[in-house]
Amino acid sequence: MMETFIANYAYAFTLIILCVGLYGMFFKRNLVKKVIGLSIFQAAVIMFFVSLASKMGGTVPVKWEEIPVEMIDGYMNPLPHTLMLTAIVVGVATQGVAFGLLVNIWNRFKTLEEDALNEATLEDSRD
Amino acid sequence: MFVVSYISVSLLIVLAGVRFKESAQPLATLGAGLAAVLSVVGWIVVQANTEAGLPAIRYGFGGWAPPIGIEFVLDGLSAFFLMVVNGVAAIVLWHSAGNLDKHLDAHPPTFYALASLFLLGLNGMILTGDLFNLYVFLEISSLSSYALIAIGSRQAPLAAFRYLILGTVGGTLYLIGVGFMYAMTGTLNMIDMTTIIPLIAEEPAVLVALLLMIVGIGVKAALFPLYGWLPESYTQTNSISSALIAPIGTKVAAYVMIRVLLFVFGASGLNAVLPLSEVIAYLAGAGILFGSIMAILQKNLKRMLAFSSVSQIGYILMGVALMNPIAFAGALFHVLNHAIMKATLFMISSHLERQEESVDIRDFNDSYRVKYPWTMATFTLAAISMIGLPPLAGFFSKWMLALGTIEADNWVLFGVILSSSLLNAVYFFGILEKVYLRRSGQKKASQASMNEVSWGMRLPALILALALLGFGFFNVPLLDILQTLFPA
Repeated sequence: MMETFIANYAYAFTLIILCVGLYGMFFKRNLVKKVIGLSIFQAAVIMFFVSLASKMGGTVPVKWEEIPVEMIDGYMNPLPHTLMLTAIVVGVATQGVAFGLLVNIWNRFKTLEEDALNEATLEDSRD
Repeated sequence: MFVVSYISVSLLIVLAGVRFKESAQPLATLGAGLAAVLSVVGWIVVQANTEAGLPAIRYGFGGWAPPIGIEFVLDGLSAFFLMVVNGVAAIVLWHSAGNLDKHLDAHPPTFYALASLFLLGLNGMILTGDLFNLYVFLEISSLSSYALIAIGSRQAPLAAFRYLILGTVGGTLYLIGVGFMYAMTGTLNMIDMTTIIPLIAEEPAVLVALLLMIVGIGVKAALFPLYGWLPESYTQTNSISSALIAPIGTKVAAYVMIRVLLFVFGASGLNAVLPLSEVIAYLAGAGILFGSIMAILQKNLKRMLAFSSVSQIGYILMGVALMNPIAFAGALFHVLNHAIMKATLFMISSHLERQEESVDIRDFNDSYRVKYPWTMATFTLAAISMIGLPPLAGFFSKWMLALGTIEADNWVLFGVILSSSLLNAVYFFGILEKVYLRRSGQKKASQASMNEVSWGMRLPALILALALLGFGFFNVPLLDILQTLFPA
């Protein structure tokens, strides 16, 4: 039991961060906090991919004379890192759009609290 | 090739828009039209190749051979979806010219640049042969669709924000699923992965990955319990965006479902541990009934159409999950039909929104028949096809789906299809009855004068409605080809 945990502790922590992010997104009533939750959620996935790539005793994937390329345990897997570079860019773009929408919502309703917004939209539909 | 046309067009629009405000719409239409022509050519080439026994067209990027590099794959399925998406998009963008002056508080070049980016993402999702690349294109199309939805009524940014939260969770869950699959197989290439999956199909990690991917794509496709973002987004957004996103946005997510579940995992890989295909089929069945019942309860035409979308996407996913060639062909044919029908119906709701300032169903009466003869004739064609009366195309896709449920010996879902057709009839005949029979209160129908929209808007809607009639009459050759697309 303990060995499995030590071998996989990175995943366990990623899972915790993932849950924190989900909690922020679905249970916080403020829209900015939802965006914060979103970015925590995405950060957890990025860490999941990076920990996927790491190897005990491996080094950066740049060719080095002392470790021949055939010795694959000597190098970490570079692919997940490059994938995550793209995912980070996607995350930044998502947050940009999210904040853009928030600015718009603020200009129209003068609030970012979920409950106040629900009331405002209910009033709109009564008209 | 397709994507390049969209990239160049969306960039051109931004650049040209700085100087010529009017050039954006024709350019975007031209780009989509070009893509539509290219995808028809692609379809013909693929058909010729299949007859000659040649494999699908694969194009590796940057000079890397496919299993290592990213590739685009054009086979029968992707060629079909490209044709549907680009064809409908071109006609919707053409139609949008008439709507520009009203109901659009955005700079037209910005709007059309976003629309082109959205279409670029969808085309990329259809063409790509790489799971991570698919995620990137998914986010491109999603991000631009959030922005497109936010342009609209006072509540539109709020609806878009809620969609953004849900959509990003969906996309990210899909990404985690891809991570698990990469850890298990060491590849991201779909064709490469297909060969590895039978060896590891019973591993728990693969099951987790599969579940994460189904939920992730299910959010985008509005699979039954995950449809929450859809009605509000389609109702609050402007009429051009709803006509553009509603017909093709969820269809492409359904395509991803088909590609990942049926082609990458295959029937044996999908059901190795849990009977997931049955779960999806019953969820879709629940979605069909729920969407239809909610649609009957709506008073706003756009919201009614949105709930009807929830129901129709259920047909498509159910046909896919039944796992037999007949239901599969029915689902694909329904993709085509529903894209055309929904585009037509949303165009018509934009006509009414434009001329009457309201899309409240309770206001409909027989003065509409005099005021909008063409619009209402088009509406009637699309609505009848939606209900599924022959000889319109909607009948034949439902017919194939019903045959597919019989083939799968699943009488519950057979009943779902029949009863939901009746429910469809309830809400569409409700409108038709008001338009053609109900007396208007103060004004006599004869006193109302013709108040039709311009031909530039009437014609695209009419062409789509007539296409439904055409596909209805010539359904047999198409259905024959679609049946052969089912992966063996």
